[in-house]
Amino acid sequence: MTDNAPAPLIQFAGVTKRFGALTVLDDFNFEVAPGEKVTLIGPSGSGKSTVLRILMTLEPFQEGRLTLAGLSYQEPGGTGPFKASERHLREIRSHVGMVFQSFNLFPHMSVMRNVAEAPVRVLGLSRDEAQARAVDLLAMVGLADKKDHFPSQLSGGQQQRVAIARALAMRPRVLLFDEPTSALDPQLVGEVLAVIGDLAHEHDLTMLLVTHEMRFAREVSDRVCFFDKGRICEQGSPEAIFTAPSHPRTREFLASVLR
Amino acid sequence: MPWVSYLPALAQGALVTAWITLAAIAIGAVLAFVAGIARVEGGRAVSTLALCYTELFRGTSLLVQLFWFYYALPLVGISFEPVATGILVLALHVGAYGSEIVRGALASVSVQQVEAARALNFGRWHTLVHITLPQAIIEMLPAFGNLAIETLKLSSLVSLISIADLTFRAQSIRNLTLDSAGVYSLTLLGYFAMSLVLMLVMRLIERWARRGAAFPRAAHS
Repeated sequence: MTDNAPAPLIQFAGVTKRFGALTVLDDFNFEVAPGEKVTLIGPSGSGKSTVLRILMTLEPFQEGRLTLAGLSYQEPGGTGPFKASERHLREIRSHVGMVFQSFNLFPHMSVMRNVAEAPVRVLGLSRDEAQARAVDLLAMVGLADKKDHFPSQLSGGQQQRVAIARALAMRPRVLLFDEPTSALDPQLVGEVLAVIGDLAHEHDLTMLLVTHEMRFAREVSDRVCFFDKGRICEQGSPEAIFTAPSHPRTREFLASVLR
Repeated sequence: MPWVSYLPALAQGALVTAWITLAAIAIGAVLAFVAGIARVEGGRAVSTLALCYTELFRGTSLLVQLFWFYYALPLVGISFEPVATGILVLALHVGAYGSEIVRGALASVSVQQVEAARALNFGRWHTLVHITLPQAIIEMLPAFGNLAIETLKLSSLVSLISIADLTFRAQSIRNLTLDSAGVYSLTLLGYFAMSLVLMLVMRLIERWARRGAAFPRAAHS
């Protein structure tokens, strides 16, 4: 980031996350500017997904400080694993959306209800408003004709596109993609990447993407961060990381995935 | 054919059995959901209370529970009609076993569904009512069907607190006629017919719940 960069939207300052004896994030520092598209790459177990899961408040962390849009994740005097009240966590969540590796659509709801349910129940939109929003989003991901289907009737690629529409229906400022194409058959990866690629043009949407699709990461990212052992080992523009990685671990990793 | 003359009395008893069983299942189902949800979602105090209820009623004899509610409770000034006592005790039995079914089914809904709900900022109540329960209920139905049939059969114990159910009527007729074979064969058939009806109804409910494409059978086999 340059000197005249805007104030960061997301800021990890010395965050440490442990699962029992295992340290997943180790004194982790990371900032994301509003509207920035950042790709996190690295070997499995290096902490990439944990960063997203902490941002979505699916995992607590033990030490350090994390803020999003000026909101601190932990409240002074907060209790429980998150050291924050449910109400506070819900305020944070109102800014963040997430797309999961295994889609996690609600199997008992039609495609339309999958997308419209949270806007109705959480944002308080009327059914009609929420459905109008859902129709627009489903058209955007190319699934307008599937709105009355159930998830079990869709291919993996279609399910993931519905999941993207569902996340967007909440109008998050930050959208997190946790290996969105890793569970897909190879021939279905393209359609999902195409949708994510379109979103990368949305100026105001901040995107964090964990992926193993290196060519795609290069096309859509403003910045690529290479993770190793719970820290960012090297980061920079896609060109810098993919054409001239400076750290030996980065070179080793890229050599192994870009055969 | 002397047994034809037993039929009116047995039919009257069967009606009482059916009424007690259905009322116990209905009330017990409500108890099961309250206790089962309390186990999963309640704070420490609430879930412990629900656990105590479940284990107390699962861990003691249903017959002794009946006697206790019918003979012991009036000694401290609380007494019910025999039929009400029978329904209450059977309902508490259904609630205790049913709460385990509810708890297990809720726990079987994948954690990823809960995470998806959280990512969409659903509150805990909405997550339970709109996301996890609808998926869990499908899983509960077969077990609840078994529990319903078991309750029908266990309801014969209420004959021992002087309720004139099917078993009670059978005993009375046998005492009069000494035709054990005829009376008890007919009684068995009566219970069997009623459990067939229960089974059929549960099948229909299950089919209705799985209607449409949301829960294809293949995904559960």
